[in-house]
Amino acid sequence: MLIIKDLKAGIEGKAILKGISLEVKPGEIHAIMGPNGSGKSTLASVLVGRELVEVTEGSVTYFGKNLLEMSPEDRSKEGIFLGFQYPIEIPGVSMVNFMKTAVNEHRKHKGLEPLSASDFLKLMREKKELVEIDSKLANRSVNEGYSGGEKKKNEIFQMAMLEPKLAILDETDSGLDIDALRIVANGVNKLRRPDNSTIVITHYQRLLDYIVPDIVHVMYDGRLVKTAGKELALELEEKGYDWIKKEADNKY
Amino acid sequence: MSSRKKVTTGLRKRQTINIEMNVTTETTEKYLNLYTENIGKIKGGSTAFINSFREPAIKKFDELGIPTRKNEAYKYTNLDIFFKNDYHSYFIPGKDDYIKAEEFRCDVAGLDTHGIVLINGFYPTLNGKLRELPGGIWIGSLNEAARKFGSLVEEHYGKYAKSDSDGLIHLNTAMASDGVFVYVPDGAVLKKPVQVVNLVDSGEDIFNQHRNLILVGKNAEFNLIICDHTLSPQKFLTNAVTEVHVGENSHFDLVRVQNEHNNACKITHTFIHQEANSVVSSNNITLHGGLVRNSTYHYLGGEGAETNSFGLFLADKWQHVDNFVNVEHASPNCKSDQLFKGVLDDMSTGAFNGRIYVAQDSQGTLAYQRNNNILLTDDAKMDSKPQLEIYADDVKCSHGATVGQLDDDALFYLQSRGINKREAKLMLMFGFAHEVIQNIKVEALRDRMDGLVMQRLRGELSRCAFCLVKCG
Repeated sequence: MLIIKDLKAGIEGKAILKGISLEVKPGEIHAIMGPNGSGKSTLASVLVGRELVEVTEGSVTYFGKNLLEMSPEDRSKEGIFLGFQYPIEIPGVSMVNFMKTAVNEHRKHKGLEPLSASDFLKLMREKKELVEIDSKLANRSVNEGYSGGEKKKNEIFQMAMLEPKLAILDETDSGLDIDALRIVANGVNKLRRPDNSTIVITHYQRLLDYIVPDIVHVMYDGRLVKTAGKELALELEEKGYDWIKKEADNKY
Repeated sequence: MSSRKKVTTGLRKRQTINIEMNVTTETTEKYLNLYTENIGKIKGGSTAFINSFREPAIKKFDELGIPTRKNEAYKYTNLDIFFKNDYHSYFIPGKDDYIKAEEFRCDVAGLDTHGIVLINGFYPTLNGKLRELPGGIWIGSLNEAARKFGSLVEEHYGKYAKSDSDGLIHLNTAMASDGVFVYVPDGAVLKKPVQVVNLVDSGEDIFNQHRNLILVGKNAEFNLIICDHTLSPQKFLTNAVTEVHVGENSHFDLVRVQNEHNNACKITHTFIHQEANSVVSSNNITLHGGLVRNSTYHYLGGEGAETNSFGLFLADKWQHVDNFVNVEHASPNCKSDQLFKGVLDDMSTGAFNGRIYVAQDSQGTLAYQRNNNILLTDDAKMDSKPQLEIYADDVKCSHGATVGQLDDDALFYLQSRGINKREAKLMLMFGFAHEVIQNIKVEALRDRMDGLVMQRLRGELSRCAFCLVKCG
């Protein structure tokens, strides 16, 4: 579904991604781990079309289409979803209005009629239960005054509403206590379907106890320096990143 | 900024400003002539008491003149463009005007109010210019009230609208013919709002002045909506003064909706004088208008009083909107909150002047101020000026002003959920405006304002009923 080939990208002329190649097949869960500043979030930004990041080389193909030519909104409508590391607070825009607009844009893209007000509210209720989100949150402005945990739950709630084919979860575990982590992970697991894929970006192994990956990559200095099965995550937890850094520094 | 120290800016130079302003320009002369020509007619409709203010007021106007940009309070607003035009003064409404005003129906769905319609500042209804509502509340013509409730009017009229620097307030006192009077007796609670619709309609360029007096007793509750509309495309100049007195433990809510055309200049001066433990909210929503200047003066005259001053404007083309707010903490343990926002498109300009004055004995003061503006083009311009004068020690005070573009991160967040850029921008602007709108307590009006703001942001004309003016 997603093929990244030798991707190089940077911000304001500074090279951050130095040649990433990665293939995600339907149904797979990939974990991308790595120390801070290795380029994990930049990769996520490239995949969702953040203008800030400039792609200098390489290609990204999504279901056979050139992803890099698509607008952020079209990527979303084609099934890509990013769970933000730092969800944005938007005062004055209600969650209901936000999600209604988004869901109906997705439906329009698929040639479906917009949802009626009552069908939409029914859908909201169902999905809210899935992530155990406080029903009052939905009546508030987007992320405004939410706690860290509520913000992350809200990301998963939006994911549930939009039912993406490829979900990218950027440091979804950061700032979560163990209960919130469990709720968020359960939400992600419940949303899994055989044809859906997930890229979990994380610094710690902790989240991977709940969302079990098929493949674990380690990113360091803009490159995927190691790829293995889920046991790699445990090894990293035990030994830290230093040995990987050393290996990589010798190689490049 | 949280402050315990004295912060002083701006208006302290008032004395010198007065001297600079003391120049009777050609424009001021024109209005003095208008007074001389028409004072006979004006006096005819008013009581001796109200007329007794006119002579001293015109002298004061002669002294101060039309405010120029040398006046600190008008630094960002050039009134000359509108004042130098030749206006007819309008003193006797015609029969057609009566019919138009009688037929006027506000089209806000589900808005249930006690209505008053004024045309060019006059009551078109010959009978019942002053009427009683449940609870012993009276609404209607100030001139009539001055006759019927002489002692009440005499106790309050001209007591709050005072200024040593703004000639326009005195021009109003000198020449205003009539306006709205409201009397809410002690303990009266009126849930259904009173709605005053000010229509301006004439085949000629006209200048009119309203004078309103709103008296809310103790332990009372009252909601007032004032709607300003223009119905014909001529040049109009309106200079309105509203005096409000809110008694102990009372709640008073004022919403002003301004929807006028690009040839209209609207100047309002609202003075709200509060007694102990009263709670006031004032909300100016400016949807459209050539030049709009709203001055709101909040006086916290009793312990434990709370005042909220809100404002929102949407401007485009060459429109100019100026909000001037003055909050005076004259008593201890009072709270004030200012929130003003503007969205500026094309080459429109705007100004915000927010002053907080805390007197020496006003300990335990909480005073907040926020002014946020969005510029949609490089040509739009906004001036924002906070002024804090704090003479008490135990004060919590904060102010913040922003002038900027839409938040890129928020825009991207919405786009990343499948919402196209144009729609995402609209949502952000709407959300920005809604933060002010949400303070309107009357639900039907709040929903309507949301709707009108959305229309306006989409580039459609947000028109109320009866508007025949093509401003596009």
